Amino acid sequence: MASIVLRDVEKYFGESYVVRRLNLEIRDREFLVLLGPSGCGKTTTLRAIAGLEEIDSGEILIDGQPMQSRQAADRDIAFVFQLFALYPHLTAYENIAFPLRATNERKAVVDRRVREIARALRIDGLLGKRPSALSGGDMQRVAIGRALVRRPKALLMDEPMGALDAKLREEMRAELKHIHLENEATTVYVTHDQIEAMAMADRIAIMHDGVLQQVGVPSEVYQYPANLFVAQFVGSPIMNVVTGAVRPGDGCTDVVLGEHDAVQRFPVELGRRVTEQQQGRNDPLALGVRPEAVLVALRPADGYFPAEAHIIERLGPYDIVDLKVGTQLFRARTASGHVKKAGDAVWARLDERQTHFFDQSTGESLRIRL
Amino acid sequence: MARIELRNITKKFKRHAALSDLSLDVGDGEFFVLLGPTGAGKTTSLRLIAGLDAPSSGSILIDGQDVGQWSAAERDVALVFQYYSLYPHYTVRENLEFPLKSRRRRLGVEEVTSRVARAAQTLRIEHLLERKTDRLSGGEMQRVSIGRAIVRQPRVFLMDEPLSNLDAKLREVLRAELKDLQMKFRATFLYVTHDQVEAMSMADRIGVLNHGRVVQIGTPHEIYNRPCDTFVATFVGSPAMNLLPGVFRNGKVIVAPGKLEIPVAAEVANRLSPDLEQVTLGVRSEDVALGPGGGLEGRVYGVENHGVEKIVTLKVDEHSLKATVPAHMPIEVDSATAFAIDPGKLQLFATQTGTNLVR
Repeated sequence: MASIVLRDVEKYFGESYVVRRLNLEIRDREFLVLLGPSGCGKTTTLRAIAGLEEIDSGEILIDGQPMQSRQAADRDIAFVFQLFALYPHLTAYENIAFPLRATNERKAVVDRRVREIARALRIDGLLGKRPSALSGGDMQRVAIGRALVRRPKALLMDEPMGALDAKLREEMRAELKHIHLENEATTVYVTHDQIEAMAMADRIAIMHDGVLQQVGVPSEVYQYPANLFVAQFVGSPIMNVVTGAVRPGDGCTDVVLGEHDAVQRFPVELGRRVTEQQQGRNDPLALGVRPEAVLVALRPADGYFPAEAHIIERLGPYDIVDLKVGTQLFRARTASGHVKKAGDAVWARLDERQTHFFDQSTGESLRIRL
Repeated sequence: MARIELRNITKKFKRHAALSDLSLDVGDGEFFVLLGPTGAGKTTSLRLIAGLDAPSSGSILIDGQDVGQWSAAERDVALVFQYYSLYPHYTVRENLEFPLKSRRRRLGVEEVTSRVARAAQTLRIEHLLERKTDRLSGGEMQRVSIGRAIVRQPRVFLMDEPLSNLDAKLREVLRAELKDLQMKFRATFLYVTHDQVEAMSMADRIGVLNHGRVVQIGTPHEIYNRPCDTFVATFVGSPAMNLLPGVFRNGKVIVAPGKLEIPVAAEVANRLSPDLEQVTLGVRSEDVALGPGGGLEGRVYGVENHGVEKIVTLKVDEHSLKATVPAHMPIEVDSATAFAIDPGKLQLFATQTGTNLVR
């Protein structure tokens, strides 16, 4: 078990940086997910922790010990790659036993440990098989078994489910999380898939262009995104973002959406807090609203603005309805079958308590919640 | 635009049948999605319609005409692939003009220019027209590929997993754009994918394929709510429908005696054969409700946060069951919880054959 600390870690390739001033603490027994689009520096960070990549400045500490001078092999860390990298000529049993054999462990101990881990991973029936006879999911289980068998201080995983199909990923997600709960190895997991991150992480660290954007538990990252990038990277369908000009209304604060496409009423408090934040500049804001916070009525109602239903995605348990509001398009999540067909006239409102307010020029959240 | 009919199509590669007795109709102006896992025969079907391969038996009709003897060019269908096959050293404009320069078309220069301009405007790639295609992002390249299909004004669009190589966010955007395009042109689309979300979100109708056979054809709503067998039930929907093996006795499905017994509505029970024993209960995660007074009890095995909601895996003895709950509901792993299953939303399958018994 181990804690991992990254202090001012930087990595350059020539002139351009891959990781910039990264400060991050991964707690003992934590499942931390590094999330971001390709090229954001997440894999480089993971490889730096493993000792597979040298850093240009800063330090990496494992259990308080600086790691720079240590080889990958001396860091007591296990690595699982996207491609299973099993020995094709060895059985599943021998693949899992391999790291222990290398340490001259006693035969009986090896056997017990291999069988223990295989049972936890539910591959105890497959131990006699070669990788070529295994499915993708089982191969990845063997690879994870091989990583866990020597009880490393930390487990690092680089998109371990990237090569599996959607259904299998869904199953493996729950399994992997459960294995973590049982093994308690500090885990750093890299992915570009926000669903995986949300579903498995104790905390998520989101990176973009080499810079750490936000660290938090999944519900924080989802409900209180620090900036527009995080807001739109986490969550599906993507958060709606629209320009909003704030002005005093009649016993309320009016926000003019888009190019005068609609006016939404907010409590007076919003106007006061925006003025406070902007020190009277009154710049337009970027409003962020997730599809579930766009409320759709079939009849005119107080506080609702008119909209036209466009494409309706009927996903099963719910629908995603594209609403045309003047020049704007809002995606709303509604009960299945709520809006009958494309072209229907409907009415919409943004749920004020689930509306996010961002500075339009910097993208930073104004941290105003109603 | 055109109708497509496939009648009793079989396609064999040596002795392996990639398609067996496949029949389906795609209506004029319809967005039809062929959905299935790898190896189901989806791409083979597209290639047969495009005229790139010939069926071993059966016939293909476009607008009522048997096109069996027609060349690919004569069929006038446009194919868009997963891998954008653009000419790398040419500009976007040249790539778009290319299919129109064929001598058979005899299009005037003005017509070519105006078609390219319209396609570029529709796909919002006007600003890229003079750029070489090797300097485009994945999403831009796929837009150009689609543009190359559009300028031809084909009778039918055939699309083979066109969004598979794009990242999740871009897929979401292009999904909506493709659907918009199809509605605008009232075009006939036959779209192949293994991604059930793509199928559910874009299709007017879905044809589910497995092992070279059509398993079910229906609207997304029908496929989701009345799957014809356990394959469709678990392939469509995320998380996959919960399937619980049990026995049918005295109007109840018994999964775990005393712990998980689900009464079956009388009108459903009456339709079941009395000597039927082994059944599989199917219930979607959103139809499993957690909370006191549910009447059933399970243990929380895992919790996944999905932002707007959580997906909870429950265990009742060795059986697992997923439930969708609101994001704000507090759930502790390893705690006991009461739950209920909406009896009106139950599906029952014959365990032996997998066939839906209540559809």
